[in-house]
Amino acid sequence: MARMKFLCDAERCIECNGCVTACKNENEVPWGVNRRRVVTINDGVVGAEKSISVACMHCSDAPCMAVCPVDCFYKTDDGVVLHDKDLCIGCGYCFYACPFGAPQFPQAGAFGLRGKMDKCTFCAGGPEADRSAVEFQKYGRNRLSEGKLPACAEMCSTKALLGGDGDVVADIYRERVLRRGKGSEVWGWGTAYGPGAPGAQPPAAPQGRKS
Amino acid sequence: MKGALALLVTLAVLAVSACGEREQTTEFKRGKYQGKPDSPSWSNAPLAYESGKWTQGDRASWEESIKNRQLAQHEHKRIYQ
Repeated sequence: MARMKFLCDAERCIECNGCVTACKNENEVPWGVNRRRVVTINDGVVGAEKSISVACMHCSDAPCMAVCPVDCFYKTDDGVVLHDKDLCIGCGYCFYACPFGAPQFPQAGAFGLRGKMDKCTFCAGGPEADRSAVEFQKYGRNRLSEGKLPACAEMCSTKALLGGDGDVVADIYRERVLRRGKGSEVWGWGTAYGPGAPGAQPPAAPQGRKS
Repeated sequence: MKGALALLVTLAVLAVSACGEREQTTEFKRGKYQGKPDSPSWSNAPLAYESGKWTQGDRASWEESIKNRQLAQHEHKRIYQ
């Protein structure tokens, strides 16, 4: 049974914001709402700078679901946390509860009018007819129903951001960490153009070095 | 006498009229999703192009299709095969 999760590899993220752009474009997210964003720590410090792409983590025990006063959240069979915008009252409790700052609220007008909550849907749409215009307008593209993964993960150039079934994501990450090298072994010529010779194997795991 | 009785009945009806007021709030069950139902991803047919292959309504085949797509994120699987 699939449990959809994101994982961002801080060793690979190059802060290109391709995931943010892909999300904005795919779901036509309005100004002021960022379903995904890249957070950088130690910005500008050589060797210590790390970036990570953050959005809704689709928690197994989601605090937003727990605190919602109108119970507009639900979890799909494949573990994606979604909500019904027709029911949301825009109170902002979910924003306070979320440790990742995932819930976003469109603001407009002179008095900072707060709209209904908007957040990452794992490109799974919402409680409207799949692939319908209404669903797209309210929640964005439903890529899962098209057999695709979230646009942010599929667009990631260094494949730092992985998305999909948690077990498969963990397997990919585990194997990657065991074989982790630096420079072109991580991303570069070999990754872009292939191994060069038929039958070539991926780089061996480095000896005596922590990855 | 009849007039007084009619007046009494009218007053009694008016007095309890508020008791017949309809419930104006939706039925709320704490901790339970209150919104519209959603359909699962595998209930849709695959697209003609740029989409995996699965049988409509079959969860296992949809999950297999998604898993295959996921493995494209693994460059070792993508390049060295």
